[in-house]
Amino acid sequence: MKRIHLIGYALAAALCAGQANAQELTGTLKSIKDTGAITLGFRDSSIPFSYLDDNQKPIGYAMDICYKIVDAVKKELKLEKLEVKLNPVTSSTRIPLLANGTIDLECGSTTNNVERQKQVAYTNTHFLTASRYVSKKASKINSIDDLKGKSVVSTAGTTNIKQLTEANGARNLNVNIIPAKDHAEAFLMVETDRAVAFVMDDILLASLIAGSKSPGDYVISKDAFSKPEPYGIMLRKDDPAFKKVVDAATAAVFTGGEGQKIYDKWFTQKIPPKGLNLNVPIGAELKNQFAKPSDSPDPDFYK
Amino acid sequence: MFDNLDFDVIRRSLPYLFFDGMTFTLMLTALAALGGLVFGTLIALMRLSSYKLLGRIAGLYVDFMRSLPLVLVIFWFYFLVPYIGQWLTGAPRPIRVGAFTSTLVTFIMFEAAYFSEIMRAGIQSISKGQPQAASALGLTYSQSMRYIVLPQAFRNMLPVLLTQTIVLFQDTSLVYVLSIPDFLGAASKVAQRDGRLVEMYLFAAAVYFAISCLASYGVRRLQARIAIVR
Amino acid sequence: MNYNWNWGIFFEPAPSGTGSYLDMLLSGLALTIKTALLAWIIALIFGTVIGILRSLPSKTASWIGFGYVEFFRNMPLLVQLFLWFFVLPELLPRAAGIWMKQLPNAPFWTAAIGVGLFMSARVAVQLAAGIGSLPRGQQQAATALGLTTAQGYRYVLLPMAFRIIMPPLTSEFLNTIKNTSVAITIGLIELTGQARAMQEFSFQVFEAFTAATVMYLLINIVVVTGMRFLERGLAIPGYISGK
Repeated sequence: MKRIHLIGYALAAALCAGQANAQELTGTLKSIKDTGAITLGFRDSSIPFSYLDDNQKPIGYAMDICYKIVDAVKKELKLEKLEVKLNPVTSSTRIPLLANGTIDLECGSTTNNVERQKQVAYTNTHFLTASRYVSKKASKINSIDDLKGKSVVSTAGTTNIKQLTEANGARNLNVNIIPAKDHAEAFLMVETDRAVAFVMDDILLASLIAGSKSPGDYVISKDAFSKPEPYGIMLRKDDPAFKKVVDAATAAVFTGGEGQKIYDKWFTQKIPPKGLNLNVPIGAELKNQFAKPSDSPDPDFYK
Repeated sequence: MFDNLDFDVIRRSLPYLFFDGMTFTLMLTALAALGGLVFGTLIALMRLSSYKLLGRIAGLYVDFMRSLPLVLVIFWFYFLVPYIGQWLTGAPRPIRVGAFTSTLVTFIMFEAAYFSEIMRAGIQSISKGQPQAASALGLTYSQSMRYIVLPQAFRNMLPVLLTQTIVLFQDTSLVYVLSIPDFLGAASKVAQRDGRLVEMYLFAAAVYFAISCLASYGVRRLQARIAIVR
Repeated sequence: MNYNWNWGIFFEPAPSGTGSYLDMLLSGLALTIKTALLAWIIALIFGTVIGILRSLPSKTASWIGFGYVEFFRNMPLLVQLFLWFFVLPELLPRAAGIWMKQLPNAPFWTAAIGVGLFMSARVAVQLAAGIGSLPRGQQQAATALGLTTAQGYRYVLLPMAFRIIMPPLTSEFLNTIKNTSVAITIGLIELTGQARAMQEFSFQVFEAFTAATVMYLLINIVVVTGMRFLERGLAIPGYISGK
C-alpha cells in the first residue's frame, strides 16, 4: 500500500509548500525532493528500449539511461535515498500521464518531433529510426501501394499510426487501419494473419521479428513512411531546472563512452529474456549524436 | 487443432498471474466495493433526503455515471485524478497518483452510482413505521439511520450488493486498456511476450468463470437463507 | 490547472485528411450506434429463445437455459471478446480461421456478436422473470382455448411478458450501447476509440473526452425518451405502468 503513503507524502508536501524551502527548488525537482521518489514510465514491449523480462520487470536500453538520470538527480538533490517507482504506460497514455504528473520520465521509444515538443520536452536523442512496415513474405507486399484495401495494424498513439492515417488519406489507399494497444499485440496480428502489415519504427520491427517463432517468415519494407527520426526520453515541458539536470546526465553518459557501452549491451549482445542478439551496431549518425548530444526534433539535423 | 498449443506457458507464469495479477484484481475489487458501498449509501441518503437540492445533485450524479461506458470513465479518471488532487489540496502541481490509487478512485466513483441505487431500494424497502418509531423513541435522524434503517437495508440488499460486486470483479478487467497488470493484464502480457494468446486467454477465461460461478453460487445460497429468515 | 484548453480543436482538420476532428468523433458515434443496434438484435433473438427455455417446465430445457446464462454472465465481456477475436479463429480449421480473420471489418462483426451474446444472457433472465411474473391462469387459459405450448407463448405469454419488462429492457439496451466501447480492445474505433485517437493526434485529452461524454449523454437521453413513449404506447391496461 505504498501508493496510499504517497498520497500522504503529497498532502504533506502540499501543506509544507507555503514554508520557504532551504533550496529554491521548483517543478519536478521539488516534487522529487519532497516525496523522495521519482516515477519512471515504462513500456510492455518496446524491445530493446523498454520491455518486460521474464520476471515482468522493465528493462532495456532506455531504462538503463533513465537509471543513470536517476543517479544524477539523486546527486543533484543530495538525497541519501531516492525511491524509483515504475508505472506502465502505452503509446496512447504516455503523454497525458507525463502531463498530469503520474510519471516524471518516460523511458521508452518515443519519437521526438516538433509537434510533440509543443506538449512535452525531450532530453538528448538516444536512437534514430525510420517508420516502415513488416509483413509476411508469403503475402508478397512489395510497396506501400500493395497495402491498398488491406487491413494494416499499428500501435495506437504512435507517430507511425498518424503517418499511416495521413498516407491513407493522401494516397487514397483505402487501408483498414487497426489500432493495437502495444507493439507485441500489433505484431501478433500480423503473425496470426489478422492484418497483412504492421507499421512501426524499423528497429522495433526488427526486434519483434527476431523474437518471433519463425523469424524467416517476415520481411521489413524498403519503403519508409518517414526519414530516420530521433527517439528521446520524455519529461514535462516548461521545467528548465529538471531538464538541465536530465540533459547534463544524458550528455555525460553519451559523451563519456558509457553510452556506447549501454548501446552495445542491448544492440550487439544477447539480451533477456530469450538470449537474442539484435546485431545492430551503432550507426554513424548516432555516433555523431553521442559525441555532440542534442534534443533536436529535426530528422535532417542528424544527417 | 490443439496440437501446437503449449499449455506449459501457464504453469511457468502462474506465480506472476496470481501473486501479482490476481492480487491486484482482488484488492481493487474489495476496496472498490467497500468504497462504492460507503459513497453509494451517502448518495442514496442524499437522494432520499428532504432537501430537494441535495436529492437533485445526487440524482444527476447517478444518472451521469450510469450514462457513460466504464472504459471512457477509466480513461477520464486516469488522466484527471492528479488534477483533482491538485485542486483539492491547492498544490502548485498535479499530484502524483499511482496506477492503483487512480483506478481505485475510478471504480469507487463509478460503482457508487450503482451501489447507491441498490441501497436506495433497500432503504425504501423498510416500512415507514420503523423510522417513525425510532424518532418516537427520541432517536435523531442519524441515529435512526445508523441503528435502525441502514442495517436492515443492508441485510435485505446483501445478495444484490454481492451480485454487483461480482460484476465489479469482472469489470476490473477493463484496466487492461491502461496496460496495468491486473489478472487479465498479466495474462495478456505473458500471452503477447510468448505469442501464446490462445492458451493464456482460455486460461484467464476459465479462472474468471470459476471464481464468478463459485461466488454467484454462494450468493444464491445466501439468498435462500435470508429468504427463510424473513 | 496547467492545461492548454483549445475548444477550437474540433474544427481543425484530422490527420486522415477526410474532415475535422468533429467528423472523426461523429463517425465514431455512428459506429457505436450501428454496433449497438446489431448487438441488440442478436441479444433479443438469443435472449428470447433462452428466456423461453428457462421458463419451460422441462428440466433439460431449463438446464440448457441456466447453463447458457451462467456461461455468458460469469466471464468479463472483455475476456469474451478476446475469446471470439483471438482464440476462436485459431481453434477452427485453418481455412475457416483465415476466412474469419480476413473478413473486412472483423472487429465490427466480432464486437456486435460478442456484445450481443453477452447481453442475450441478461435479456433471457429478464424475459424469464417477466414470464414468471404472469399469473398462472394465463397459460392455463391458453391451453384451455386449445392453443399449443408454442402458440401459447407466441400469442399470450410473450406479448404480455415483453410489455411488462420494457423498463428493464430499456436499461439493458443502454448497457448494450455502453458495452460496445469495450471493443476498442479488439480494434473497433467507435466513439470512445475515436475520442482516444483524437487525444493521441491532437493532445487535447480533455476536450476529446468531454465531447465523447456529451455524445453518450445525448444517446442516453434520446433512448430514454424514445423508450418512454414506446412504454406508454404498449403499457398493459390494469398494470401499474398502464393507464
